[in-house]
Amino acid sequence: MAEVAISIRNVSKSFGSLRVLKEISFDIPKSQVFAFIGPSGAGKSTLVRALNGLEGIDAGEILVEGVSVHDRRTDINRLRTNIGFVSQSFNLYPHLDVLGNVTLAPVHVKRQGQEEARERALAILGSLGLADKARSFPQQLSGGQQQRVAIARAMAMDPHMILFDEPTSALDPELIKEVLDAIRQLASTGMTMVVVTHEMSFAREICERIVFMNQGSVLEITPPQEFFSNPKTERAREFLGKILHH
Amino acid sequence: MRRLVTALTLLLFLALPSSALTASPGILAWGGDTEGGAPYMFQDPRDLERLIGYEVEIVEALAEKMGLKPRFVQNGWDNLIPGLERHLYDVSIDGLEITPEHQDVVDFSMPYYVTHLQIGVRRDNFDIGSLEDCRGRIVGTLKQSYSQYVLETVGDVDIRTYEDEVNAYSDLVNGRLEATLFDAPIALYYGGPMREIKFVGPEIGRIEYGIAVRKGEEELLRTVNRALTELRDSGELRSILERWNLWNSLTARALQDYGPARTEPVMYTRWVADLQPELTWQDRINRYLSFLPTLGRAALTTMKVSLASMTLAIALGLILALLRVFGPKPLSTLSMLYVEIIRGTPVLIQLFFIFYGLPNVGIRLDPFTAGALGLGLNYAAYEAEIYRAGLLSVPKGQMEAALGLGMTRNQALHHVVVPQAVRLVLPPVTNDFISLLKDSSLVSVITLVDLTKAYGQLATTYYDYFGTGLVVAAIYLLLGLPFVRLARWTEAKMALALGLPGKGKKRPSGLDLRLF
Ligand SMILES: Nc1ncnc2c1ncn2[C@@H]1O[C@H](COP(=O)(O)OP(=O)(O)O)[C@@H](O)[C@H]1O
Ligand SMILES: [Mg+2]
Repeated sequence: MAEVAISIRNVSKSFGSLRVLKEISFDIPKSQVFAFIGPSGAGKSTLVRALNGLEGIDAGEILVEGVSVHDRRTDINRLRTNIGFVSQSFNLYPHLDVLGNVTLAPVHVKRQGQEEARERALAILGSLGLADKARSFPQQLSGGQQQRVAIARAMAMDPHMILFDEPTSALDPELIKEVLDAIRQLASTGMTMVVVTHEMSFAREICERIVFMNQGSVLEITPPQEFFSNPKTERAREFLGKILHH
Repeated sequence: MRRLVTALTLLLFLALPSSALTASPGILAWGGDTEGGAPYMFQDPRDLERLIGYEVEIVEALAEKMGLKPRFVQNGWDNLIPGLERHLYDVSIDGLEITPEHQDVVDFSMPYYVTHLQIGVRRDNFDIGSLEDCRGRIVGTLKQSYSQYVLETVGDVDIRTYEDEVNAYSDLVNGRLEATLFDAPIALYYGGPMREIKFVGPEIGRIEYGIAVRKGEEELLRTVNRALTELRDSGELRSILERWNLWNSLTARALQDYGPARTEPVMYTRWVADLQPELTWQDRINRYLSFLPTLGRAALTTMKVSLASMTLAIALGLILALLRVFGPKPLSTLSMLYVEIIRGTPVLIQLFFIFYGLPNVGIRLDPFTAGALGLGLNYAAYEAEIYRAGLLSVPKGQMEAALGLGMTRNQALHHVVVPQAVRLVLPPVTNDFISLLKDSSLVSVITLVDLTKAYGQLATTYYDYFGTGLVVAAIYLLLGLPFVRLARWTEAKMALALGLPGKGKKRPSGLDLRLF
């Protein structure tokens, strides 16, 4: 059995009277890619943000590499350096150029020297095809380029895992491929990843497991071939029907 | 003379216990207001660096008799008495009236001059010859003065109050007023030289001027009185008053000196001569050029106070805003209270409090520090609100992105949120600086001579509010101009740097937009 990267145990959460996560439990093994799919409002974002403590939980426990994320005694900042997070809206720092965006956390959190951080940043940017954009400012870049910078920014911290929350849903269709290629490339390095996505063919191609969520519950955790050819639940069949034939 | 001490200064003053502070040995520090104008004390039109006036001559003669060197300390007329209590000077002499209200808070020497109120009308007016005739008429006088009080007791007078006698007399000439009521020395010096104006009626009321000394300083008061007596007995006092054409029967009676006149009114004649209205353009330009050293010094004060207080306001404002938005509850509440209290009270009162009130608890600040501190603390409240808006308008995702990479909250604030907020607020903050530049004129109430104060001094000296006003306005504009440009520039730059919609659609690539 593979080493466990993330362990989710009986996690529940409500926003007021709305139960958003209902007693969710499953493990994500190291070096695997899990795709969270499901209709809008299912709780995918809430769950993925709970994994690095950006969202609190009401009950249960989440362990990342054996460390409890929501335990008060946990040094959450330190833990987060191991968990990259890329969201739908990029959130690049508009006042810094690309290089500044990528090197800010390594310099201030990991105490890397400016020069070292710069070189590493340039290497990562180069691997993502952004070598010539190092001195550009975010608003001078296309959405696809911005999202790739956000990925580079996460990679620069040398995380053990990266969480993606709908990384392509804010992009124009013609820009989606370059971002998916970057994620694909990361997956091939054996990075542990969680990807919330609506790109079904992409999910089918890269992930080990599909986690299908609906109304705060996880209904299925299955390998993609099985999920797409033979979903176990009625709700998943409905969802796939809508998404694949419209 | 003129304004009664305002309720405000009196109030502050009454709260002050006297505290011992020995004067410099061999020096008689005396407080007065050069903006008071002729004939009391004013800048010599023939040499702006020199202070002249009959009060100046009296205090100089007095100091000589006391064996002391006189040293002049500038303070606004309304604040002469609080300034005395604050130990800015040993005595104050500037047409301070011996009234019961004043005597409650300071001691006075024997009167050195006694005068009365004087009605002025246009030469072609034969209807007004007494106070009673003023009923139903439009009469101008100084704001908050004894003469205003007298007019109010007459009843049914349409009183128009002025900050400045010059404007009242020109309104009398141009028909906006039907009569004026002023202290006789003012009437003589400002209305007297005008051909269109005549003085009518009897001597009204009785005004005694005395030298103000802090209560309890009996030794000093005795020496002052002794010196004054010597000046009277030697005839020097009378000779000074005659030089300024001020000798009158009331004073003669008070000083027990009924002899014939001995001295020519040379200073009055000189004043009238200097009023020559027919200046050539060349004369005018030369005169304004001669203002430049005075105005330059004043502009420097204005600029220094503004820069110092803005620096304070920007730094403190940021701290207040951060506490308000991101601080723990008690600090957030404190910050909010600070902002509300400061914004809810007049900055003038805050300045008074800092300069005249704090010595009460042992904090004695020099005028510059008090001014910069007062304006800075005040503007900090307004800057805090601007920053707060700036902080709140940085998208939440920015903080999250930084936290997600392992930064602490403080690191995220320091490196991500605050830099963006600061850029967002740069244009409004720069704009605020321009209003601060103008608000800095308030520091004249705590004895600093800034541009506005210098304007008052020069305008009364030359009887020229119009031209001097234009010159001073131009200087304010010049001082503000760089900041107006800076505000525009930052606005354009910020729009570009933060990807906001702005004017100019150029996006020069490779340009480093980082300002810090
Ligand atoms: N901060 C919040 N406050 C209240 N309700 C929220 C908040 N965030 C999310 N929700 C609600 O929780 C539910 C799950 O949201 P989310 O996790 O974003 O779903 P998904 O990402 O699957 O679309 C939705 O009904 C959403 O409206
Ligand atoms: Mg979502």
